[in-house]
Amino acid sequence: MDFASLVFYFLAAILLLAGLRVVTAKNPVHSALALVLTFFTAAGLWILLEAEFLAIALILVYVGAVMVLFIFVVMMLDINIEEMRKGFWDHLPLAGLVAGLMAVEMVMVLGGDRFGLSAPTAKPASYSNTRELGLLLYTDYVYAFELAAVILLVAIVAAIALTLRRNPNRKNIDPGWQSRQTAKGHIRMVNLKPQHPEYKEADE
Amino acid sequence: MTSISSDFVTALPEIGLLAVACVVLLVEAYNQSRAAVYLLTLTGLLLTAALVVFTGAGVPVLAFNGLYVDDPMGEVLKLLTCFSAIAAVIYSRQFLTDRKMLSGDYLGLLLFAVLGMLVMISANHFLTLYLGLELLSLALYAMVAMERDSARATEAAMKYFVLGALASGLLLYGMSLIYGLTGSLELGKVAEALHFNVKSEIVLAFGLVFIVAGLGFKLGAAPFHMWAPDVYHGAPAAVTLFVGTAPKLAAFAFAMRILVDGLQPAHGDWQQMLAVMAVASLAIGNIAAIAQTNIKRMLAYSTVSHMGFLLLGMMTGSLAGYSAAMFYAVTYVLMSLGGFGMVTYLSRTGAEAENLDDFKGLNAHHPWLAAIMAMVMMSMAGLPPFVGFYAKLTVLQALVGAGWIGLAVVAVLFSLIGAFFYLRVVWLMYFDTPPAESPVYGQHAGDAVMLLSVNGLAILLLGILPQTLLTLCALAVQMSLR
Repeated sequence: MDFASLVFYFLAAILLLAGLRVVTAKNPVHSALALVLTFFTAAGLWILLEAEFLAIALILVYVGAVMVLFIFVVMMLDINIEEMRKGFWDHLPLAGLVAGLMAVEMVMVLGGDRFGLSAPTAKPASYSNTRELGLLLYTDYVYAFELAAVILLVAIVAAIALTLRRNPNRKNIDPGWQSRQTAKGHIRMVNLKPQHPEYKEADE
Repeated sequence: MTSISSDFVTALPEIGLLAVACVVLLVEAYNQSRAAVYLLTLTGLLLTAALVVFTGAGVPVLAFNGLYVDDPMGEVLKLLTCFSAIAAVIYSRQFLTDRKMLSGDYLGLLLFAVLGMLVMISANHFLTLYLGLELLSLALYAMVAMERDSARATEAAMKYFVLGALASGLLLYGMSLIYGLTGSLELGKVAEALHFNVKSEIVLAFGLVFIVAGLGFKLGAAPFHMWAPDVYHGAPAAVTLFVGTAPKLAAFAFAMRILVDGLQPAHGDWQQMLAVMAVASLAIGNIAAIAQTNIKRMLAYSTVSHMGFLLLGMMTGSLAGYSAAMFYAVTYVLMSLGGFGMVTYLSRTGAEAENLDDFKGLNAHHPWLAAIMAMVMMSMAGLPPFVGFYAKLTVLQALVGAGWIGLAVVAVLFSLIGAFFYLRVVWLMYFDTPPAESPVYGQHAGDAVMLLSVNGLAILLLGILPQTLLTLCALAVQMSLR
């Protein structure tokens, strides 16, 4: 076994264990952290495949942005996940058995030799897959790229449409309106004589 | 390779629709005039339909490096999708206004959903198929959840979302296996690779199972139909109307693209799977519909059974079968627009005309509406002289032509069972006394009644003179097969 396969099996083992932790952890924060580990090791696997750009994007986008937000949300919501999946541990033996059987069957059907694939040859050091990806994305796959952008737009519109409520009774502030105000019409100057008894005594 | 600019001309319908959808969102953000966004939406859909006709080539044209195909079948389906969406918007105007849902958000999402359908219809690549499907589904999930104070709608959206995500996962897994086998995501090249050299039959069948299961989910065919009754029931009637009509055309195109354009060499494998799904859909759809008291739920189960018929047409693998399936999809959408359109139209503020009891004695108050509904129901049941009869007949002809006489007999038997619950609606409308407290008499929107009349008369007229549409479907399929 050469060094690359050793690294592959090492990372793959961590990935599977972390993935298992995501599902089995009792504390949702631990699940989320295990998911971060999963993404991290997946990025390592991608680097082994010479997909450096994807690996870095995975870490920046998923670990850096998505998971951090996700952990925030999980920490803010008080969800007792153990309550929600009471049946989980009871059904685990049977479900595990079925899943294991299915995994064995799939491994038997989907052996690597069936696809007739050979090991990819390494690219020279000057090869930049960021450049190659960029070229493909903006030429051959420009239609798919634009569609992905439209899907993101729909996600934004849907999220806003489903959560934004314009409530007339809400006392929220409008900074634009506030900064347009002048003293005129809002401040009335009144001449008041001192009336407080203690104040009077002090004066005498 | 064609130049980029000619690619953009080919995809003008999608580009135009995207532009209109963005304008609708902007108008909503700055103006919030209900009438403006409503008219803009209708104009946009009409414009898209015009662009489809304008860019029509008559022969399959590939664009964007094989991601996009413009062929006669796609053009006919796109045109009908646009018209179906226009009808759905007009039927639901009053309903949405009453519930304060008629906004740029809703109509913008609707336009994006239509865009997703167009993308699916003219996809020639697994990537485009998937992106179109996600665009459509995401917009639909949000539209189902749009009535935010309704727990029922939220639950329906949740179920739709989770099951839809599962189906997408199945579909993607199947696609990835086929990609591993053929080394291409472009449907034509996949078919070519499978035709000349199948590296492993067993992996092909394995991937196919996942693809067909994902398709089953999206079509709403048994045994993957469980989301349909809950979503149709839980969503506001206007959304049910939209979800139950145009997307079925896109789902048909989706199935045709994957199974026929891409996986035709594996026809022997998917034929069996479709046959099982079709019989299960016919059985479950027709029998479960009898037990429903809610008309939206009943029509959902009826959708399941209609999808069974559509799959029967596709599984024959013959030209006649494909055009029969396309004819079935088109007539189904026409009938379902009438059915759900009536439910939407009769609903009023605070109450939906969703129970079968709400239709009791409709004839006494609204004889014309009752007549339209009766035509829709009898057409769905497959009685002559309505168009539903010809839809079922052409599928059966294709089945018998391909030697599947047993399946044809099963289909006829289940249609007979199904006729019961359709005719029960007719019975309720004509021979039952209306309840003292009249539950549903919708506000009188003239445009909706006029369009509903056109819709009902089209069902009758196409039933008497089906030849034009039949020829159109046959020609479109014939000219599009590669």
